[in-house]
Amino acid sequence: MSVSAPTRLEAISPIEATLTARRSRWARIRRFCGREMLGTFGLGIVIVMAIAGLSAEWIAPYNPTANDFAAMTEPPSWAHWLGTDQFGRDLLSRIIYGARTALIVGLSSAFVGGALGLVLGVGSAYFGGLIDMILQRFFDIMMAFPLIIMALAVVAIFGTGVHNVIIAITIPLVPRCARVVRSSALAIREVPYVDAARACGYSHARIILRHMVPNVVAPFLIMITAFVGQAILAEASLSYLGLGVQEPVPAWGLMLQGGAEEYASTAPWIAIFPGLAIMLAVLGINLFGDALRDELDPKLRNR
Amino acid sequence: MLTYVLKRILFVIPTLIGAAALVFLLMRLIPGDICVVRLASGGSNVDARALATCHAELGMDRPVFLQFIDFVWGFFRLDFGKSMWSGKPVTAEIMARLPISLEIAILATVVAISIAIPLGAISALKQNTWLDVAVRVFAIGGIATPSFWIGILSIMLVLDVTSAITGHPWMPPIGYVPIWKDPIRNLSMAFLPAITVGYRYAAVSMRMTRSAMLEVMREDYIRTARAKGLINKIIINRHALKNALLPVVTLIGIEFAFLIGGLVVTEQVFNLNGVGRLFVQAVQNQDYTLTQALVMLTVTVFVVTNLVVDLLYGWLDPRIRYA
Amino acid sequence: MVFKWFLAVGVAASLAVTNAWPGLAAETPKRGGELTYMIPADGGPSLDGHKEATYAVLHATAPFYSVLVRVNPDNPASTTDFVCDLCTEMPTPTDNGLTYTFKIRTGVKFHDGTPLTAHDVAASWRKIVSPPKGVSSARENNFVMVDRIEDPDDTTVIFRLKFATLSFMPALADPYSYIYSKAILDKDMHWYEKNVMGSGPFKFESYDIGQSVKGVRNPDYYHQGQPYLDGFTAIFAPKQSVRVDAIRSDRAALEFRGLPPSARDQLVKELGDKITVQESDWNCGNVLTPNNSRKPFDDVRVRKALFLAIDQWRGAAALQKIANVRTVGGIVFPGSPFAATKEELQQIPGFWPDIEKSRAEARRLLKEAGQENLSFEMLNRNVDQPYIIVGTWLVDEFSKIGVKVTQKIVPTGPWLEAMRAGDFSVALEANCQNIVNPIADTGRYLPHDRYSENFAYHNDPVQVALYDKMLRETDPAKARVLMREYERQTLDIGAHQMMVTWWYRIVPMRSYVKGWKISPSHYLNQDLANIWLDK
Repeated sequence: MSVSAPTRLEAISPIEATLTARRSRWARIRRFCGREMLGTFGLGIVIVMAIAGLSAEWIAPYNPTANDFAAMTEPPSWAHWLGTDQFGRDLLSRIIYGARTALIVGLSSAFVGGALGLVLGVGSAYFGGLIDMILQRFFDIMMAFPLIIMALAVVAIFGTGVHNVIIAITIPLVPRCARVVRSSALAIREVPYVDAARACGYSHARIILRHMVPNVVAPFLIMITAFVGQAILAEASLSYLGLGVQEPVPAWGLMLQGGAEEYASTAPWIAIFPGLAIMLAVLGINLFGDALRDELDPKLRNR
Repeated sequence: MLTYVLKRILFVIPTLIGAAALVFLLMRLIPGDICVVRLASGGSNVDARALATCHAELGMDRPVFLQFIDFVWGFFRLDFGKSMWSGKPVTAEIMARLPISLEIAILATVVAISIAIPLGAISALKQNTWLDVAVRVFAIGGIATPSFWIGILSIMLVLDVTSAITGHPWMPPIGYVPIWKDPIRNLSMAFLPAITVGYRYAAVSMRMTRSAMLEVMREDYIRTARAKGLINKIIINRHALKNALLPVVTLIGIEFAFLIGGLVVTEQVFNLNGVGRLFVQAVQNQDYTLTQALVMLTVTVFVVTNLVVDLLYGWLDPRIRYA
Repeated sequence: MVFKWFLAVGVAASLAVTNAWPGLAAETPKRGGELTYMIPADGGPSLDGHKEATYAVLHATAPFYSVLVRVNPDNPASTTDFVCDLCTEMPTPTDNGLTYTFKIRTGVKFHDGTPLTAHDVAASWRKIVSPPKGVSSARENNFVMVDRIEDPDDTTVIFRLKFATLSFMPALADPYSYIYSKAILDKDMHWYEKNVMGSGPFKFESYDIGQSVKGVRNPDYYHQGQPYLDGFTAIFAPKQSVRVDAIRSDRAALEFRGLPPSARDQLVKELGDKITVQESDWNCGNVLTPNNSRKPFDDVRVRKALFLAIDQWRGAAALQKIANVRTVGGIVFPGSPFAATKEELQQIPGFWPDIEKSRAEARRLLKEAGQENLSFEMLNRNVDQPYIIVGTWLVDEFSKIGVKVTQKIVPTGPWLEAMRAGDFSVALEANCQNIVNPIADTGRYLPHDRYSENFAYHNDPVQVALYDKMLRETDPAKARVLMREYERQTLDIGAHQMMVTWWYRIVPMRSYVKGWKISPSHYLNQDLANIWLDK
């Protein structure tokens, strides 16, 4: 309950109500920023990343996949702010376009994984019994199964490319989300009004959507933000092992593979900048996610 | 309680069989043939008769169903067969590489615990001060940074720094010797990967310690103790820390299980002849028997660790037992 | 007579392609010391050289064994200088080239003390040429010309051929052809897969799985004075940056395969004269293979257009700075007397010196074939040097004639599988041979039903006829003319496949390593007998 919400009992005009609500929303956001400086900082990084990804065509100085054999492994200079890689491609442009790849991979994996996890977790909790038992075992297997085999299988069968990396990364996220969602949903299931609703003849879908899902939204959202960060890191690891996105697509993880290590001593900027980009992006996302959790967690609210 | 334990143990079996079926299926779905990879000299030239001999030798011309039965039955008998790539028993291949992976995992855990618990506790106690913020950023840095990137940079740093100072660049030894034979050589090989892995491990544990401490500090009995006038230090050591440690310990246990499999990338970076690297090799060579055995090993460790942690939790915290 | 001609041209050619830094002039070798080197791979499968095909096995086991004949270790860059290891002198073929009679040295002993005779040589060669059921020989194909092998007494081995051919002697010098003990082979044909027992310059000491192989000097080695080293340690190190760092910090002296130009530049810059670099053309090349049986690549105009789009000359010049490639060449190893000269090469479309003219012609051909908006997926292997680098370059080249290409990069297993199943549009593959044997090596461009590892899936009776004629031609000058026609049929008239850059071998080593000379093949000259340490 927001402190500045109107407490007067008399009716208030619609205009006044809207203005108060808007004011209180702004006030809430301002308070959030003040309290959670780190979270705001994180959000700022995420916004910068999003802008870079969305407007890459306009702000990137060079074509990220154009080889320029006259300018191979050049150190940072006025022509190339972050230097060039071994093909002569501008690193700044590749990092800007890489933000787009990272966001696509991160957001897609997180949302698809989260959505599937939500459905499976809630369904598992709601229906219980045999379905729950089977799904639980399924989750166990998926969580224990090493990511690299899954990724290799996906790559070998479907080929490389952004879509297939997303598939490979999404798979381990589903059971993790489902587990958390399930335990939150289980708490609701025991509440009497669910049985009452069934007795009234409400359909499964309505009960699930109306009652169970809203209760799990908070931990779910927090988990999604964590997933985005994990997905970006997973893409980096997979690309490093050669199982992720492929040349010449600009992706931060891919930029750290191959050439980066080979030139680590002679052209360290090839290895340093993409790694920094990954670190900052995941840092920002995690800081924001932490702040979000702190904000939404009722126990910690009355500080 | 007994039924709970029995049920949990029983549930392990379908998980293992499911994992076995999954890895069996996945490996055979991947296009490619270990015999071709093994015999392909000069890029892609493979002798046809040699290929046929190889297939017969490895039993790859037997019906798939029989191969699966052999695999599962062998697993329960603890007979994992021979590696398709080298012909040596799978157990021998794994045992030759387990020591170094275990050593890194244990050293990383030591590093993690010795950093995480004190720093996490301090961060919780001095919440929202600059110290807390610094520790939190340090922790999130550990989670946000790709471990292989840290590895690459650290190797480069050590080489360049030693080169600048002594004129002779230093690099950890590339041949493994067990710690009892030559502890200095062994540790100089292990310290960089241990720190790299340990940083991330510490970061996760630090955050957990902090949030667990925070939660415990708000508990009523802590407030009561404070009201009673107990000194803060005693409160922390005797009550808060002990109770906060429960989720931390479980987290450390779970992360350790992840660690063994997660060493894949680290071992690539530091060129360690460990289980993670064996994993990558086995998968890329399409060595079915070895990959299957390794996956089952990873899954079993994971499942058993989870089981132990669950049971421990249930035993230590009576509230959960009756859920 | 034939071989003298070869020798002359071969020596001249080898001097032209090898760039060895000064310091390799003859010095007196010092005895003693241990050599530590790296093998750029994970441990190989078995230890049996006959069975395996990966250089990891060769680099780990060659020091323990002897062979019958080999490329001259003091002149390994030559493609024609073969010398005896276990034989007493190089034979001249009799019976119109159908019979080769070898006399075997006396007094050679295996490491377990038993004597080595012609019977051991014959038994080992029979295992290679016609293995019994259940035993596999990875290069059986190379010896189809051999009819039978006879060992009438303790010092004579006779090879009888089905037909005379210039490709027999190079095939015989295959570095994997270890001589095993007949007594052991008679008991167990698979013994050598897990054990080592040879007659070579070093005795087997230990093998740590996936880690290292160690050997010590064989005091009874039959080449007097050798080996100079007391022993060696070979460490498996699949990661390139680790190998470079190891050489930099002297954890190991060198690796015998080859490092990329960036590594060479870095080591030279940092270590100056503590590093010696040897370079050579490599008997390996990338081949661009369109699937001739899949639309639209069944149209010769489309294939030709792709080949014309590639700027071989400028591309090679740029790529050699970042990848292990250098020389533009046709289907024959550039250092061989059978290779095309630059003038001959520039006649072939795809090698024209004027790239604008080539690309204009490419666009014209595409338009004529109705394929102006061509786009496809190119299959490639997920190895950085040089596959991915060459692939990335090719994608850019194709874009210059308006063809959009994406790469499908997969690990080795699926890459081989897709090609063997014909499940691709265009593939980038590689062609590496153990030893330079131009006539045998170029057989791989024959249609699939003749050479099962050709993945172009084409049909070309003219090409086959030309090759068969060349295979049986015993006059090298005439064979060379036939080779030019065969090359033209493969690359130009039929346009089935195209060479894109021959690889370049760069081996930096610590300067105290002496005696080893580079060759076009990373399989040659690996028994370490002539290496000594100047420490």
